Amino acid sequence: MKETKNTGIQYITSDSPDYPRRLRHHGAMPRELYYLGSLPKDEQPTIGIVGARMCSPYGRAQAYSYARFYSSFGIQVISGMAIGIDQEAHRGAMDAGTPTFAVLGSGVDVCYPRTNAVLYERLQKRGGILSEFPPGSPASAWHFPVRNRIISALSDVLLVVEARERSGSLITVDHALEQGKSVYALPGMVSEELSRGCHKLIEQGAGIAYSPEILLKEWGISCENPAQNRKKMNLGLARELDLVYSCLDLRPKNLEILIKETGFPAEKLMNFLIELELSGLIREIGKNFYVRIQK
Amino acid sequence: MNSFYYTQSTKAAGALQTDQKNMPQSVGCSLSLRHQKERKWFSIFSSILSAAILGMEVCPVQVEADVSDGLPSFTIVGFASSQVKEAQERVRTALKNMEIALPPKRITINLSPVGIRKEGAGFDLPVAAAILCALRLVPASSLSQVMVMGEVSLSGAIRHVPGVLPVVIRARELGCHTCIIPKDNEQEASLVKDIRIVAVQTIKELIRFCTAPEKYESIQTAGSQKTPGLQRKYEVDFADIQGQESVKRAAEIAVSGFHNLLLIGPPGSGKTMTARRIPTILPELTFEESLELTKIYSIAGLLSKEEPILLSRPFRAPHHTSSAQALAGGGRNPKPGEVTLAHRSVLFLDEMPEFSKRALEILRQPLEDRRIQLSRVQGTYTFPANFLLVGAMNPCPCGYYPDMNRCTCSPGSVQQYLQRISQPLLDRIDVCAESPELGYDQIIGSREEESSAQIRSRVEKVHLIQKKRFQGTSCQFNSEIPPSRVRQFCSLDEEGEQILKKAYESLHLSGRGYHRILKVSRTIADMEGCERIGAAHVREALGYRTPDKKYWK
Repeated sequence: MKETKNTGIQYITSDSPDYPRRLRHHGAMPRELYYLGSLPKDEQPTIGIVGARMCSPYGRAQAYSYARFYSSFGIQVISGMAIGIDQEAHRGAMDAGTPTFAVLGSGVDVCYPRTNAVLYERLQKRGGILSEFPPGSPASAWHFPVRNRIISALSDVLLVVEARERSGSLITVDHALEQGKSVYALPGMVSEELSRGCHKLIEQGAGIAYSPEILLKEWGISCENPAQNRKKMNLGLARELDLVYSCLDLRPKNLEILIKETGFPAEKLMNFLIELELSGLIREIGKNFYVRIQK
Repeated sequence: MNSFYYTQSTKAAGALQTDQKNMPQSVGCSLSLRHQKERKWFSIFSSILSAAILGMEVCPVQVEADVSDGLPSFTIVGFASSQVKEAQERVRTALKNMEIALPPKRITINLSPVGIRKEGAGFDLPVAAAILCALRLVPASSLSQVMVMGEVSLSGAIRHVPGVLPVVIRARELGCHTCIIPKDNEQEASLVKDIRIVAVQTIKELIRFCTAPEKYESIQTAGSQKTPGLQRKYEVDFADIQGQESVKRAAEIAVSGFHNLLLIGPPGSGKTMTARRIPTILPELTFEESLELTKIYSIAGLLSKEEPILLSRPFRAPHHTSSAQALAGGGRNPKPGEVTLAHRSVLFLDEMPEFSKRALEILRQPLEDRRIQLSRVQGTYTFPANFLLVGAMNPCPCGYYPDMNRCTCSPGSVQQYLQRISQPLLDRIDVCAESPELGYDQIIGSREEESSAQIRSRVEKVHLIQKKRFQGTSCQFNSEIPPSRVRQFCSLDEEGEQILKKAYESLHLSGRGYHRILKVSRTIADMEGCERIGAAHVREALGYRTPDKKYWK
């Protein structure tokens, strides 16, 4: 294990005893690995969470809550620090506390995408950033499919949250299958393009991750209090406010649809929506498009 | 040579005489007789008043003519553009076709003051008049204190010129008693009272006027009598739009407080349709406003025969390939740009992110100062630019975000698309609404919707409240309240204060954003006739807030 000058970037070769054991089992693994922060612990379980960059609010919410759930069981979440599903998976994992790791398609000192700068900083402290590409390497397009094999190799189990029929995440799935890992896919609505890739995987034999604790049996972890079917929450909202809230879910709805569904005039409805938004129950994801925030 | 000249001119006078039977006989005679008498005196000089337009300012110009002995020539001096220099050919030929031949003498025209550049064909008629005076074909006294402008065609007809209205207004200020203008410009000039307007169709009519100014009556043509009714109807109406409650509400708020508006929506959702109807809910133009707008359009040369006076608010929708100069006003002697042509009305920028960055950033100064200043070598020109900006854009390049089944954009391309509108520009847009896709029942359109007139009557009330509030200040509308006086004009009740505090913290508003919300809530409170801003008003204003950069996630 060596450290390059002043940058904090460390690198490790495949003959070092600290080289991740999970990578040793497979061929075509990098001889050198650069990293910031730390490396995933061999003795702790890992899960890879991948999915679309352009994801829906539904996928975003699930990626966060699944990652958070596994992290709370001491499972290390591995992903790619891309926007969308990857980013939410890292966030969820960090909020629960177990270290989480990102495998980049650029040098570890290159923050790509740049919009994830905050996440990049946090990841170095609460997990690690790994890459096979030497520091300073730009994020070339061909790097990403290549780095996906490391994500899958580092993970004991791979979970696909949202993927279109022709998605980059499916490359990771192919690698995982070659490496003999279990693959799970998160179901969605059949009408959603973004869930079609997942549904196809399930059809081909992937596990169906309809609830986070399904995956725990892979490691033999038993879950004492499995998340119950969400009880009908009583938020104690006023009657009309509750009506508006009940019209919303994880699919974005705009003002016009809500006017039709609730029958309120625009100015009244806007009042309710803002009240809900300020109480942190809903979120505006595009101009006048609202979704629920999952608790 | 001399004899040739005299026979020609006598013939011309004779022709005039026979042409216009209604003219007193003596006029024609005196014209030719005077020439006989004065034939020996060629110390000939004359000066006619005309004007040049510099930006929005009118600068009086003396057109001096001198006819002296020497080699025959015709020279125009005095910093004249080539359009003005061409006047010599037009005037010479027109006079010839009016059967007045110019003598083979040295004719010099000077345009004074020499310091300013003269452009346009408006100097043709004063040049012709100056020559006629210099040759003593018409008495110089008849054209003193008279403003003359017009383009001359080869046949001797007088043609339409831009900028007549401001020139007539300036002439009145200068103490002129008469303006001689082309017949085609008569209607716009008739907006100015207490000055005599003589609208001429040919050079002959000019001569006829000069020989007997008091007795001259312009020939009434069909149509010139007709004064357009002051109530001009718009071709579009808000009643045409089915549903779209939230957009209509946003438009009404925007117009009530003169807030700039941004419409975001998928292609074909009726953004342009809504924008086009916004001028119809602005209050009717007052006479002063109409005069002001007609003046601008006169200078821009955009007054048509069908609409010689602006009675309805214009709707300006420049294409997204428009250059920065097209928006701001361009040229060596700048002409009004789109921001000025949209004065007191709506400037609609469809596909806003497609505009060049330079063109969009140019809007910042006029949005702040309500006027635009252009600097050129010749000086600084100021144009009014108090417009309501209405922007329209798609939520992403393909237009369907956040419908993930249809949106085919990558996150990078969405970000890039949004980044084309800079934050400083977004900061100047107070109200933002989503324009939703139309359902089937909206396309077939069966419901009875509110008409523009109904909405306008409410808007007028809100404008009245603001007029009272801002008496004695520089503001006119809620959108113009300066940051230092926001708290004074926008007093919140307790609950409203709490909501705003909560929103400031949880929605990460900026300082500017906070003021915008306050101003819009002020307008919403005014719409409901409330003196103090309540929680409901603040909440609604928050719903129509402009998204910031981190918004689309």
